[in-house]
Amino acid sequence: MHELGIVFYIIRDVKKVAEENSVGHVSKVVMSIGEVSTIIPDYLTDCWRWAADKEPLLKGCTLEIQQVPAVSYCGDCNSEFGTVDFGKKCPLCGSENTWLLRGNEVEIKEIACD
Amino acid sequence: MDEVKVIEIKKSVFADNDKDADLLRKELKDSGVYLLNLMSSPGSGKTTTLIKTINLIKDKIRVAVMEADIDSDVDAVKIKEATGIPSIQLHTGGMCHLDAEMTRQGLANVDLKDADLVILENVGNLVCPAEFDTGAVRNAMILSVPEGHDKPLKYPLMFSVCDLVVVNKIDVLPYFDFDMEKCREYVHMRNPKAQIIPICAKTGEGVEKLAEWILNEVKNWKNN
Repeated sequence: MHELGIVFYIIRDVKKVAEENSVGHVSKVVMSIGEVSTIIPDYLTDCWRWAADKEPLLKGCTLEIQQVPAVSYCGDCNSEFGTVDFGKKCPLCGSENTWLLRGNEVEIKEIACD
Repeated sequence: MDEVKVIEIKKSVFADNDKDADLLRKELKDSGVYLLNLMSSPGSGKTTTLIKTINLIKDKIRVAVMEADIDSDVDAVKIKEATGIPSIQLHTGGMCHLDAEMTRQGLANVDLKDADLVILENVGNLVCPAEFDTGAVRNAMILSVPEGHDKPLKYPLMFSVCDLVVVNKIDVLPYFDFDMEKCREYVHMRNPKAQIIPICAKTGEGVEKLAEWILNEVKNWKNN
């Protein structure tokens, strides 16, 4: 439900970078999106198409999403495990003293300019 | 063929907002105004809770309220009529949350010289408002009994950013399978330091504890 809001933030940031680098048109924006970032990639690209085409700088610009798998760390047995498969509980020792290492990124990785 | 130039950015979409929120927090500290960000699902009783709480604290500190909604001004009008304190309505223009910049714009319409505490009633939503730091000193949320005790499991980020969880509508506990102990356990799983205050805004039960928490917060913050 918040993908459109996120798109506005991406556009604002990309515009800023484009201005700083005197870029006239951006053809591709590459995003790193964590698996547990609560962003639904399809919604994000749909919202992107609608909003980006309204900006001359981003007309026709594609949004590429690279998904980052979510990995958690167990503080008790020092192991790493897939967050989506096991949630909060460590599959090796059963501890809940675990935290997310990566997977909640909503990051602009790079942009390609004509 | 035109040459394609790639510019590496590697920056979180939330980075600018986080920076802006820190700046706003500092500005508010300098003007001695405590900003509390109140979040919840739609219909959890935010406005009723605010009215009851404000009526208990308005003689002790100066309070103002900023209501954020996608549309309408029913909440701001309700607060003003029921408490007599200054209350303004912000429209988010379709956005599902407030960010630091929108909060700053809203605060420009509040007379900060006449306020010790500004309560921001965020858009009713458990997902997006948790992602955007508004510049508030503390985040609080209201979870109402009919929503169920498992909400901290379903909306982990919301519960991990909140310093206070108010459990509202405890008068209907006998009619729902809401387990208060489980709720505590799940909230603390997300944030071990979160405080939990059960209340019923309708009858007023427990509201004095919430009022006390707010008064203590503002006092301690002003003294530090």
